[in-house]
Amino acid sequence: MNAGHSVELDTLFGDYPLDQAFDEMREGNGDVRLHYRALAETLARLPHDELQRRKQSADLAFLTQGITFTVYGRDEGTERIFPYDLLPRLITAQEWDRIERGLTQRITALNLFLRDVYSDAKILNDRVIPRELVYSCKHYRRQMRGLQVPRNVYIAVVGSDLLRLNSGEFVVLEDNLRVPSGVSYMLTNRRVMKRTFPQLFTSYGVRPIEHYAQLLLSTLRSLAPEGRPEPNIVLLTPGVFNSAYFEHTYLARQMGIDLVEGRDLVTHDNIVYMRTTDGLRRVDVIYRRVDDDFSDPLIFRADSALGCAGLFNAYRAGNVTVTNAFGTGLADDKAVYAYVPRMIRYYLDEDPILPNVETYLLSEEKERRHVLANLDKLVVKAVGESGGYGMLIGPHSTAKQREEFARQIEASPRNYIAQPTLDFSRAPCLINNHLEPRHVDLRPYILFGDKVNIVPGGLTRVALEKGSLVVNSSQGGGSKDTWILE
Amino acid sequence: MLSRVADSLYWMSRYLERAENTVRQLDVTMSLMLDPGGASAETRWKRLTSSLGKATGIEWNGDLEDMARILVFDSLNPASVNFCVSAARENARQVREEISTEQWQRLNRLFHHMHSPQAQVQFSANINDSLAAVIDGVHLFKGVSDSTMIHGQGWQFIRLGRYLERAYATATMLEVYQPLLFSRAEGEHSGYQYLELVGLLRSCTSFEAYCQVYTADLSPDRILEFLLLNRDFPHAIRYTVDGIRQAMEAIQRTGGRRAPDELFAVIGRLHAMLGFTSIGEILTGDAAGFLHTIREQCMRIHELIYRYYVHYSVQSALAV
Repeated sequence: MNAGHSVELDTLFGDYPLDQAFDEMREGNGDVRLHYRALAETLARLPHDELQRRKQSADLAFLTQGITFTVYGRDEGTERIFPYDLLPRLITAQEWDRIERGLTQRITALNLFLRDVYSDAKILNDRVIPRELVYSCKHYRRQMRGLQVPRNVYIAVVGSDLLRLNSGEFVVLEDNLRVPSGVSYMLTNRRVMKRTFPQLFTSYGVRPIEHYAQLLLSTLRSLAPEGRPEPNIVLLTPGVFNSAYFEHTYLARQMGIDLVEGRDLVTHDNIVYMRTTDGLRRVDVIYRRVDDDFSDPLIFRADSALGCAGLFNAYRAGNVTVTNAFGTGLADDKAVYAYVPRMIRYYLDEDPILPNVETYLLSEEKERRHVLANLDKLVVKAVGESGGYGMLIGPHSTAKQREEFARQIEASPRNYIAQPTLDFSRAPCLINNHLEPRHVDLRPYILFGDKVNIVPGGLTRVALEKGSLVVNSSQGGGSKDTWILE
Repeated sequence: MLSRVADSLYWMSRYLERAENTVRQLDVTMSLMLDPGGASAETRWKRLTSSLGKATGIEWNGDLEDMARILVFDSLNPASVNFCVSAARENARQVREEISTEQWQRLNRLFHHMHSPQAQVQFSANINDSLAAVIDGVHLFKGVSDSTMIHGQGWQFIRLGRYLERAYATATMLEVYQPLLFSRAEGEHSGYQYLELVGLLRSCTSFEAYCQVYTADLSPDRILEFLLLNRDFPHAIRYTVDGIRQAMEAIQRTGGRRAPDELFAVIGRLHAMLGFTSIGEILTGDAAGFLHTIREQCMRIHELIYRYYVHYSVQSALAV
C-alpha cells in the first residue's frame, strides 16, 4: 500500500498497471498526482455500487437526449450513444497555458500559410516547402488562387489533436482544418458530468466551456460580407445520415441559427438564398460542415447532391462567406504537416511552442528506405485520410498487411507518411467497477475570427479497448470530459 | 422558417396523430369482438382496415392477437403504429434544432419504448395497457409541444398536420361506418347496437363528450351530427377544419407574402360547408358523398399548402 492511499483506493485501483507510458493520474511510483487527489478521494469514499449507478443514470441521460452518432455500413441500430467514460481528465493551469499559446501560434502560422499559398506563394518561392508537395496535394484547390477571403481568415474552426508523450510533454499529432467534429460531445459531456459529480465541481475550480456556441456565433458574425450588418448565418449539414448530424443540430440550436441542407439553398445572380415558407431569404454566412468535394456540383464533384449549385461563384463574388474556406485541407495533409514547424519560423520568426511528432516523408528516398525496413515498428498513414482510416500500426500488424502497405508505398510514395509508434499517455477509466488505464488524446477547439479563441478544455478521446491506440469514435473510441483547473 | 423544416414538422405531427388513431380504433375493435352477437371477427377486422384507409398487408388470418401485434409492431408495414412512431421521430430528428428538448425527449422515449422487448412483453400480458401506454406517449408529446415550444410558424405547422390528419381520418372512418349505423331494424339486437354506437364514439374519444351534449341516449343521426358538425369538440370534423383555418391564418400573418387565394378559398369553402349544413340535409341527401367531399377537400388543402409553402418554384418566389 502506498503512502496516502486508503484501503478503498487500493481496491478501486485493483491491479492498475503502470509502465513507461505517462499516466495522467499516477506518478511512476504509484502515488496519485497532486491535482488528481481530490478526485481519487471522492471515488474511494463512494459506496461500492454508486459509480455504476451514476454511470447508468448518465447513460440514460445521453440516450433520451438523443446524443448519438451514426455508424456507417450497418442496417440496424445505426444510432449509438457516443461511448464515454465517467471520470474526468484533469489538466493543470500551467499545462493549459502552454497548450493555449502553442495552438494560437500554430493556427496563426497555418492561416498565414494558406493565405500565402493561395496568393503570392512566397514560402514556395523561398524554397522552404517544396512546390511539388503543395501542388500534388489532393486537397489543394486551384479555384482558390487569388481569391480574397473575408478578413483573410481561412480556418475559422479548428480542432487539433494533441498527444502527451512519456516525458509529459504535449505534441501535435494533426491539425484538423477542414470540418473538425466532436465539439458537441465536449459540451454534452460537461452537462452530464455536472449532474453526475456536482460536488467535485465545487471542490475543483473547473474553467467553464459552456460559452463555446456563443463564441462560435460571434466568430461567424465577424466574418460576414461587408455591408451586411445583420447577417443571416446558417449551418450547412450533409443531412441526417451524416455521422455528426447530432452535432450539427446541437450547434445550430445552441446558436439559434437555421440548420440548412444543400436542397434548402438556391443561388440566383451569385446570391445564395434559402427556401423558407415565406419565400426566398438571402444567406450571408455559411458555417460549412460539408467537405469541399460535395459543396458545389458545378465546381467540385458533379455527382454530389449534398451541396448547392453556384455556391462557389457566389463565394468568389464576395456575396457569401463560407467557412472554413475551401482548400484548407491542403495544410491538413500529413506530408505538409511535417513542415509546420518551419512555417512557424518562416512566418512568425518564433520557435514552435508545441512540437510535432517526428514524421518521415516517403517521397524522400532515404527516408522511404528506412521506413520500409522498419515497417513493423512504425505507424504509416495515408496523407489525405482522417478518422483512423488508411493506417498501418506496425507493431499490431500482420506480415500480410505490411506487404500490402509496402506495395502501396512503392506505388505512390507521396500518398504516405510514417511516424514512430507513439507511447502516448493513459488516463484512468471506469471499467467494471474499478479503474484501468486507457490511452487518451486531446482535441481542443480553436476559433479564429477577430482573434484566436480557445475555450479552456476540449474533447479527450479514449481508446476504450484495452491496449488499443485508436481513439476514433468510428473505431471503438470514446470520450471523457476534460477539466482545465483554475 | 425553412420550407423543409415546415414539411418535417407537419409530417411529424401527422404521423403521431395517425398512430394515435390506429391504436384507438384497434382498441375499440378488439373490445367489440368480445361480444359474440355482433359481426364476425373477420368482418370487424375488414372494417377496421378499411377505416384505416384500406391498409394492406394485414389481411385477416384468424388469430386476433397476432393480427393486433402486426398492426402495432410490424415496422415494415406503413399502416402499423410502430411505422408511424418511427416516421414521426425520423421527421423530428431532421428538425431537431427546431423543436424543444422536452419534445424530443418525449418522442424519443416513446420510440425507444415501442422498439424495446418490454413493449412486446407488456403487449402479451395486457394488450389494453400496452395500447394505453402508446396513447399516453402521444398525449404527453402533444402537451409538451403546446407548453414548451414557441407558438410561431413551426407550431402552427404542427397543428396543421394534426388537424388535417384528424379530419381526413375521421371522415374516412365515418364513410365506412355510416351505412352500418342505419342498417339495423329498430329495437332488434338493441344491446349490441348500443355497443356498436359506443364503439364508434370511443374511436374518436368522444363518448363522454357526446353524453354531455346529448345525454346517453345514443342515436345514429345525433352521433353523426356530433362527429361532423360540433363546433366545440376537438375530434369533430368541423372543429378540426376550424383549426386548419386558424393555423393557416396564423402562418400567413407571421409571413410577409401575399396570401395564397386558392388555398384560403378551399379552406373557406370546406369551413362553410360544415358550418351551414344541418344533419337533416346531409342524411336526406347523399351522406356518403358528403363525407367523400370532405376527404377530397383535405387532400386538396394538403396539395396547395405544398405548392405555396414548400415546393414553390424559384421563379415564382423571385417574381414577388
